[in-house]
Amino acid sequence: MANPIDLATLLREQVGGRRNLIINGAMQVAQRGTSETGITGASGYYTCDRYQFSGFIGSTVFTVSQSTDAPDGFSNSFKVDVTTAGSPSTADDYCQIIQRIEGQNLQQLGFGSSSAQPLTLSFWVKSNKTGAASVELQQKDNSDKQVTPSYTINAANTWEHKVINIPADTSGLINNDNGTGLWVLFWLNSGTNLNSGTNRTTWTAENNADRNASNLGIGGSTDDEFYITGVQLEVGETATPFEHRSYGEELALSQRYYQVIAYSTAGQQDAAYNTDHFSVPFNVMRVQPTLDAFTFNKAGHVGGSLTNLGGATISYFDNAVDFVWSSTDTAYRNFGYRVAGSMSLKAEL
Amino acid sequence: MKEIVITNARYMVDPYTNESVSIIADFDGKTIGVPLSTKNTDYAEIMRQVEAGELTIEPAD
Repeated sequence: MANPIDLATLLREQVGGRRNLIINGAMQVAQRGTSETGITGASGYYTCDRYQFSGFIGSTVFTVSQSTDAPDGFSNSFKVDVTTAGSPSTADDYCQIIQRIEGQNLQQLGFGSSSAQPLTLSFWVKSNKTGAASVELQQKDNSDKQVTPSYTINAANTWEHKVINIPADTSGLINNDNGTGLWVLFWLNSGTNLNSGTNRTTWTAENNADRNASNLGIGGSTDDEFYITGVQLEVGETATPFEHRSYGEELALSQRYYQVIAYSTAGQQDAAYNTDHFSVPFNVMRVQPTLDAFTFNKAGHVGGSLTNLGGATISYFDNAVDFVWSSTDTAYRNFGYRVAGSMSLKAEL
Repeated sequence: MKEIVITNARYMVDPYTNESVSIIADFDGKTIGVPLSTKNTDYAEIMRQVEAGELTIEPAD
């Protein structure tokens, strides 16, 4: 019989069920937009949900986007493109893509115990640059530990599938909470303080020099570009086929950390306090979220104006943001009115 | 890692309770509203810079 499934393997490896610890591994969801240009000396969540891009490489300017260039079986990738070339201006400069994973979603790893499980990281990558590059997992709870293996891009401008084994960590407990359990980083470039050491394939104390010891060096030419998709981190020593989830599933998972809400709700003047107020509910997020962006339009009788975030007091309730601002118009006391707009909420790790 | 530039941090007070309920601040030039929640990473960064003596949160207007 071809390719028999060994029972011991079946029990040891997580062959079935929900396997991928990464959210939005196929880069399907991009709530913030599909492209961000002019990134230089900055860090943020720009396009594909859950991935933070940092572009601190001297005067290098980057564009990041949700690309439709993808290997067979995928529709999207995360693309980093260099639009103005440069080089690290300090030894601490860096360029990386990172996803942080919540600690309570990693308890099956058993890290910090004798039953700790190994991990396997797999992904598709494409770049004009060839040679060795670095990935990194960092564990911040209770001990600053890292593992910093390398991989090799063999051919330019060709999608390649990479598999990297991550050992178990029997001494690095990951807290069972909604804080950061692991960082998963893909290094694109850095200054010497971050790449003068050695790639580590076992968990070691945090050491900046080892983090990007094999430096791909994206940024030195406007020809430079880097694509990644199909990112999967799973328990076990084997890379199983990518776990494709529906767009709706990935969107729901992403909305624990970022939501864009188009709202239309009722506002009310309050004569007793000379205020106007309205509330906008949202789905449960990781923590009380930052109000990251906000628009407001009003209809009907409304007293005070509200044109920006500074114009209102923002209160947070369990699943709602409440806006209250002083009203100076006494003509329509205790009248209701309609407010509509959009707001973005951020509860990233 | 590079530090976020935070300016114009100011407490916001609920007019009904007269208690501080959030902070408004400019993060790298972008105005955001931040809850007083220690698990919120933006609030944590504000408080880290306050404790480092790099930032002062102004009282509400």
